[in-house]
Amino acid sequence: MTMQEEALDGTLVATSPVTRERKPLSRGALVRARLKKMPRFWVGAGILVFIVLWAFIGPLLYPYDATQRDFLNVGLGPTQLHWFGTNGIGQDIYAQTLVGLQKSLIIGALAGVGATLIAAAVGSLAGYVGGKVDAVIGWVIHLLLVIPSFFILVLLSPLTRGLSWLALTFFLAVFSWMILAQVVRNQTRSLRNRDFVRAARYMGMPTRKILAKHIIPNIASLLIIDATLGIVAAIMAETSLSYFGFGVQAPDVSLGTLLSAGTSAAVTRPWLFVYPAGVLIVLLLAISLIGDALRDAIDPTSGANRD
Amino acid sequence: MTLYVLRRFLNYAVLSLLATCLAYVLGSALLRPQDRFYGMNPRPPEESIIASLDALGANPDVPIIVRLWNWLVNLFTRFSLGTTIGGQDVMSEIAVRAGTSLRLLLIGSILGAILGVLIGVLGAVRQYRASDQITTYSSYLIFATPTFVVGVLLMIGATSFNNVLGTQVIRFTGEYTAGIDGFWPMLADRAVHLLLPTIALVLVSAASFSRYQRSMMLDVLGADYIRTARAKGLPRTKALFRHGVRIALIPMSTFFAYSFGTLIAGSAMLEIVFSWRGMGQFQLQAVTQQDINAVAGSTLFVAILVLISSTLSEILYATLDPRVRS
Repeated sequence: MTMQEEALDGTLVATSPVTRERKPLSRGALVRARLKKMPRFWVGAGILVFIVLWAFIGPLLYPYDATQRDFLNVGLGPTQLHWFGTNGIGQDIYAQTLVGLQKSLIIGALAGVGATLIAAAVGSLAGYVGGKVDAVIGWVIHLLLVIPSFFILVLLSPLTRGLSWLALTFFLAVFSWMILAQVVRNQTRSLRNRDFVRAARYMGMPTRKILAKHIIPNIASLLIIDATLGIVAAIMAETSLSYFGFGVQAPDVSLGTLLSAGTSAAVTRPWLFVYPAGVLIVLLLAISLIGDALRDAIDPTSGANRD
Repeated sequence: MTLYVLRRFLNYAVLSLLATCLAYVLGSALLRPQDRFYGMNPRPPEESIIASLDALGANPDVPIIVRLWNWLVNLFTRFSLGTTIGGQDVMSEIAVRAGTSLRLLLIGSILGAILGVLIGVLGAVRQYRASDQITTYSSYLIFATPTFVVGVLLMIGATSFNNVLGTQVIRFTGEYTAGIDGFWPMLADRAVHLLLPTIALVLVSAASFSRYQRSMMLDVLGADYIRTARAKGLPRTKALFRHGVRIALIPMSTFFAYSFGTLIAGSAMLEIVFSWRGMGQFQLQAVTQQDINAVAGSTLFVAILVLISSTLSEILYATLDPRVRS
C-alpha cells in the first residue's frame, strides 16, 4: 500500500540499483516486509491465533465442562457427543483439553516473557559493566547450567506444591534465563564501545539509563525472538514437570497433568493421550515457526533462510 | 594444549562440586525426611527418630552448613554419599543404576550427534531440495514435541505394530524380560528393550544438532577459503569436508556441552516413561521420597557427567581450532 512497500522489491535484491528518491526503509518496515514473504510466519501466526481463540472461546460453545461426569458414557472413544472421548470416570476430554490449554498458554506466556526480562537485565548489565560483575555473573550462569534446570525445578517442587501455579510460573522464569543471558551479554559487549554509547557515558548518563535507552533498544529484536522461543521452552518445561508430578497440582489442570493422567491408558485408550498431545505439539510447533521466521526476518545472517 | 584443557577441567570440576553443594543445601532446606518418621504407625520414640535423622545427616536442628560439611567430609575421607532414606548405601545404589542410564545416554547422544551432524551437513549442501525440506520440517515437529511425548507415542506405535504382527516383537517395559537364559538371547532381549528409548533420545538430540549444524554449515559454505580451495582444484566433496565440516564443527562442540544437560534430563524422563531403574528415576524418586542424600548423590552424578562432557568438548574444540591452545 505505502511507498515503502513498493520500494521493497527494488531494495531487497542486492544487485538492483538503489532508488534514491524514496525514503530508505525503516528497520521495522523491513522486518515486516520480510515476514510477509515467509509462509512459515503466516502458518504459525494463523495457527496460534486460532488456538488462543479456541482455548478461551471453545469452552463456551461446548455443552460439557471439565469436571462434569457423564456416568452413562465412561471410558468412551471419540463420538459426536464427546468429541475427544471420555476418561475412566466419565469426564469429557475435549473440555479438559481446553482448560489445560488455557493454563499452559498463560504459564508459557508469563514464564517465557519473564525469563527474557531477567536475561535482558542480567545479560546487559554483565556485558556493559564488565570486570568483576561480569565475571561473577558469568560464573553464576555456568553454575546454574551444570545442573539441568529441569532437576532444579524438580528439587523446588516441594516449595511450589503448596503454592499456586503462579509460583511454578515464577520459578520457571527464574531458572530458564541463563543461555539467553549469555547471548545478550555477548551482544552488549560489542555495543558498549560504539560511539553513541560512549557519548552517553561521557555525558555522564548513569549506567541504568544507558542500559534502558541505548543498549536494550538495540538488542530488542534479539529479545523478541528469545521471548518467543522462551514461551516454547516454558510450555514444554511446565508440561514435562506436571507430567511427572512436579508441576501444576490438582485441582488445577494443565496439558501436562492431562497427559500424565492419560499415559497409563495410552496404549489401550489412546484418545486419552493422543488428543491433548496433538494439541500441545501443534501449539508448540506454531510458536516455534513464528520464532524461527522472526529470527530470519530480524537477523538475515542467521543462516536458516539464505537464498 | 594439555595445560589449556587441564585449566578448563579444573574450572568445571570446581563448578560441579559447587553445583552439588548447592543441590545439597537446596535439598536440605526444602525436603522434610522427618515427616516419614513422624508419620510411622506406631510412631517410634522421639530419640530413635532423632537418631535415624542424625544417621542420615538430616537432623533439622543441626545447621545446614554443618550438615553440608559432614557430608563433604564423608565424601572425601570415606568415599561415601551416605544412605538413602530406606537405608541403602547411596554410592552402591548409584553404581547399580549408572550402567542402565549410561547405556541409554551414551548410545543416544553419540548416535544423535552423528546423525544430526550428517543431516545438517546434507541439508546445508543440498539446501532447499526435497531432502532438506523433509528433514527441516521433521526437526521442527520433533522440536515441538516434549521428550516424554515422543516416548509414549513410540509406545503406542509399537503396540499397534505388535498387534498387526500378532506377537510381542517389540517389548518396551523395563530394561529386560525376566527369566531369559543364555548370552545371546539375553543380549537380543536387552537390545529390543533398548530400541524405543534410544530411538526417542536419538530423534530428540538429532533434531537440534541438525539445525545447528545446518546453520553453521551455511555460514561456512559461503566463506572465501572454500572458494579458494575449490579454485585450487580440490574436488567439491573434499573441500566441503576438509574445510567446511571441520570449521562448522567448532561452534558445535560448545553447543554439545551446553545441550548435554538437556539430554540428561531427557533421558531421565525416558527412563521413567519406559520404567527403567536408572539414575533419572532414582533422582526424581529421591525428591518425592524426601531423600536428601539421594538427591545430592544423584546431582553429583549428573555434575560429573556434565564435567566429563564439557571437558571432552573443550578437547574437541582445541583439536579443531588451534588458536585456543595458546
